[in-house]
Amino acid sequence: MPTEPSAERGPWSLALRRFLRNRLAVAFLALFFLIVVFVLAAPLWANHVADTGPNQEHTVDKVTVNGEEKDVVTPEGKPIGPQWFGAGGKFFLGADSRLGRDEMVRLMYGGRTSLQIGITAALIATIIAVVLALLAGYFRGWVDGLIARTLDVIWSLPVFLIGLSLGIALAVGGLKLGPLEVSSGSIWNPIFVISVFTVPYIARPIRGQVLALSEKEFVEAAIAQGASPLRVMFGEILPNLASTIIVFFTLMIANSMLFEAGLSFLGAGVQPPNSSWGTMITVGVELLNIQPLLAIVPGLMIMLTVLSLNIVGDALRDALDPRGKARLDAALQFEAHAGASGAVGGSAI
Amino acid sequence: MSSAPLLSVSDLRVGFATEDGIVQAVDGVSFDLRPGEVLAIVGESGSGKSVTAQTIIGLTRANNARIEGAVTLDGKDLTSASDAEMRKLRGDRVAMIFQDPMTSFNPVYRIGDQIVEAIRTHRPDTSKGAGKARVVELFEAVGIPNAAGRVDDYPHEFSGGMRQRAMIAMALALEPEVLIADEPTTALDVTIQAQILDLLEELNREHNLATILITHDLGVVAEVADRVLVMYAGKVVEEGTLDEIFYDPQHPYTWGLLGSLTRIDRPRPHRLPQIAGSPPSLLDLPEGCPFRPRCPHEFSKCSEYPGLEARSEAPDHRDRCWLNPEQKREKRQVEGQIGLEAPSGANKA
Amino acid sequence: MVRFVVRRLLAMIGVLFAVSVIVFVVFMVLPKQNPAQTLAGKNATPVLVKSIEEEWGFNDSLVVQYGTMMKKIFTGELTSYKPRIPVDEQIKEGIPATFSLTIGAAIIWLFFGLLLGYLSAIRAGGWLDRILTGVSIAGISIPVFLLAPVLLYFLTYKYEIFPNAQYVDFTEDPWEWARHLILPWFTLALLSIGFYSRVLRSNMLDVMNEDYVRTARAKGLSERQVMTRHVLRNSLIPVITLFGLDFGATIAGTAIITEVLYSLDGVGLYAAEAVRKFELPPIMGVAIYGAFFVVFVNALVDIAYAYLDPRVRLGESSSE
Repeated sequence: MPTEPSAERGPWSLALRRFLRNRLAVAFLALFFLIVVFVLAAPLWANHVADTGPNQEHTVDKVTVNGEEKDVVTPEGKPIGPQWFGAGGKFFLGADSRLGRDEMVRLMYGGRTSLQIGITAALIATIIAVVLALLAGYFRGWVDGLIARTLDVIWSLPVFLIGLSLGIALAVGGLKLGPLEVSSGSIWNPIFVISVFTVPYIARPIRGQVLALSEKEFVEAAIAQGASPLRVMFGEILPNLASTIIVFFTLMIANSMLFEAGLSFLGAGVQPPNSSWGTMITVGVELLNIQPLLAIVPGLMIMLTVLSLNIVGDALRDALDPRGKARLDAALQFEAHAGASGAVGGSAI
Repeated sequence: MSSAPLLSVSDLRVGFATEDGIVQAVDGVSFDLRPGEVLAIVGESGSGKSVTAQTIIGLTRANNARIEGAVTLDGKDLTSASDAEMRKLRGDRVAMIFQDPMTSFNPVYRIGDQIVEAIRTHRPDTSKGAGKARVVELFEAVGIPNAAGRVDDYPHEFSGGMRQRAMIAMALALEPEVLIADEPTTALDVTIQAQILDLLEELNREHNLATILITHDLGVVAEVADRVLVMYAGKVVEEGTLDEIFYDPQHPYTWGLLGSLTRIDRPRPHRLPQIAGSPPSLLDLPEGCPFRPRCPHEFSKCSEYPGLEARSEAPDHRDRCWLNPEQKREKRQVEGQIGLEAPSGANKA
Repeated sequence: MVRFVVRRLLAMIGVLFAVSVIVFVVFMVLPKQNPAQTLAGKNATPVLVKSIEEEWGFNDSLVVQYGTMMKKIFTGELTSYKPRIPVDEQIKEGIPATFSLTIGAAIIWLFFGLLLGYLSAIRAGGWLDRILTGVSIAGISIPVFLLAPVLLYFLTYKYEIFPNAQYVDFTEDPWEWARHLILPWFTLALLSIGFYSRVLRSNMLDVMNEDYVRTARAKGLSERQVMTRHVLRNSLIPVITLFGLDFGATIAGTAIITEVLYSLDGVGLYAAEAVRKFELPPIMGVAIYGAFFVVFVNALVDIAYAYLDPRVRLGESSSE
């Protein structure tokens, strides 16, 4: 494609323009932000519209719908269906189970948890992975041997299964790792589990890139000028990894959310009283024939969030490095599918 | 050498439809190849030399390709031949070898098997044993030592030069009448280059094998060619015998090519001479002579497209330059040898 | 080739050892509380905890503890605590369902995925390619726990086309066995069909541009011969590696959730039940056996890859 040479525009603004030209990606980015706003609005909705919290039970309460009084939970145990705005926004999506909790409020709070865990885990994993990759790729030798071997071992494990084990072990007993202590119900447990298993996905390809970059002349030049290893790694090599890191981070949020949903669905992730979209599906599946929405809506939210992140991540990759597409494509497909996210059925594209 | 041409190309035009318009890769190329003759086609990348060669055996046939003109082998028209007929003569009557021996063999099959595949495609009654025996014969003919032992090796077990010999062996397997060699030595070491060229010359002599040798390197041409065709921007700009081209070149582009050869028998120049500017985009060709933008000797008549005519005394020595022979003799002398001076004001780097 | 296999199997043993250590660390070392407490589960009586302590020897050094754990697992002494059933018996009972599910789904997704990928590649850019790409993306993005409830609600409850739940053994009634597995097969397969077709398509497009394909045409091979002998052969090799890894990951991952959603009595359901009851020994058993299975499959995949791609065999590294 003929292009004008644009010496004045930096690579970042060029990438931004390329990204903005991808209307599908922009649309899904907007969708993602809408979802974020949705879950951030949880306290507002809970306090001003639904007038109830996510864990408040209304088993024996009644609600006034269009003038009529209805049981939140029938004596047979059937929760009320979606009322939309019939009751002024209360029980917008109905009640969630025999416990009569407001499904809409739970959806918003649950989404908060899911997003919190997904983003935090992806962030921690990315930071650790980048540091490890830099150390391994720069110092090589036994450092690389140790790091690469460890990553390989974690990589070759059935990630979901071991994650499940770890998740449940921590849920029962809490975590003690040297000075780090986490109590058994905390959401830091699933974050820990997910981060540990996400690190190899990111670290392996980035390590490859660091290995390649550290052979280049600008690195040699920096060393010749007396730059310390720290400066070379973080000042010279890291900036060149920026686009890869950004793309991976985005896609790993999606991965982490799927992993968390899988763990929570089985009970090895988020523990009560906290809830996430994954735990909501567990509850919903039991009532599937009575009120299918309870299982389907949280699942749909997960899918929309993951889909948006995948499409945005894909578009970021195209925008930041259109030439490198084929290489990164293959690496990402391979790494992302054959692992945790693939385990729960979905993948970073 | 008998005088009836074996292969005759007449006003060949090959255009490719792309997103940005039609790229006329070959624009009116004509030449004859007599039995046992070695014809060299010389030009930079993008000159159309490879496309010409590939079109002869029908490899450029595609939905977006428009092929006009005639290619005749021993009286039979190839441009209108069916795909099945073309396939029959590929490898059998006309064989082609390519530039990069590293990637021209399938890495997962043994080399011997790949050559036997070529044999059995055209002579299906050949047994595998007979095929392998033939391969050993061929390996010996092209100078691969320990032929019998190497038949079952994989491509990556051969060195670059050996692999190219193996390619030549495969090309000769069915005793073709014409061999087309597309940059056979470009990817090889200089010393190996010489060996391969010797081999090609020997094959031409001993088997009366008509050869089309495609290259960008005039040094290669000087070793083996009988006649030379110089191509630029899809057109022939000069054609003649080896001596005519080297001692009485008529086109400024040819002078440029000759001038940029490094020669042992002359004093070392200050800078390696280059032809200023770069080859034109085939989407955006200038009016008149295509070489005009880079030619220091261009004048008013050059805005008119020059025909391919014999302007000097030799009747078969044709060129596309409006200058008369005396002007040419004078202008091609640069610092005591044939070359192309830089256009005034052009950067000399 | 033999040397490669030997080397690979030795490496596998190394990884198995590492895996068992990891499982040990996960269950015994990382948790904050007394490992006996962890093993006993959430609402364990102090008596139970004490007896576990003695049985497992938690006052011994870590190394001895590790040894005890391994011994218990592989001599069938590992039991769940409420009720007391040996773990490996339960696992054996679950294997037919799990394998029926995953192997059946794998056959379906390989067949359709590769077929669609092949068709997309040879008609790249055409309408078929574009439709298939769209379907692939949709397939990859739908998580199991959205697809399964939707299918279950509409196809087993609202319109009773398929039976709901339960695994029927093949030996009992082959027809019912299949009928009960169709929805689970479809659920598992849908996710992967899209993925595999894109991978094959992408590989084929890359290979079709390779020089040796051009050589094959120049030799006079027919299009069909070029496609099957050169393009497909080379494009499928990475797919096989991918499948091997994927299959292992599926058995140890997606299959668990699928079994839960469709109530199939497999190893996954057994593990999930244990999770629900906060019972650790079954999970430990499943984790070890599952991990061993996956590591073994990975080793097989590497060996198969070396067989198919001679460059790997003879020591030359191909990628990375």
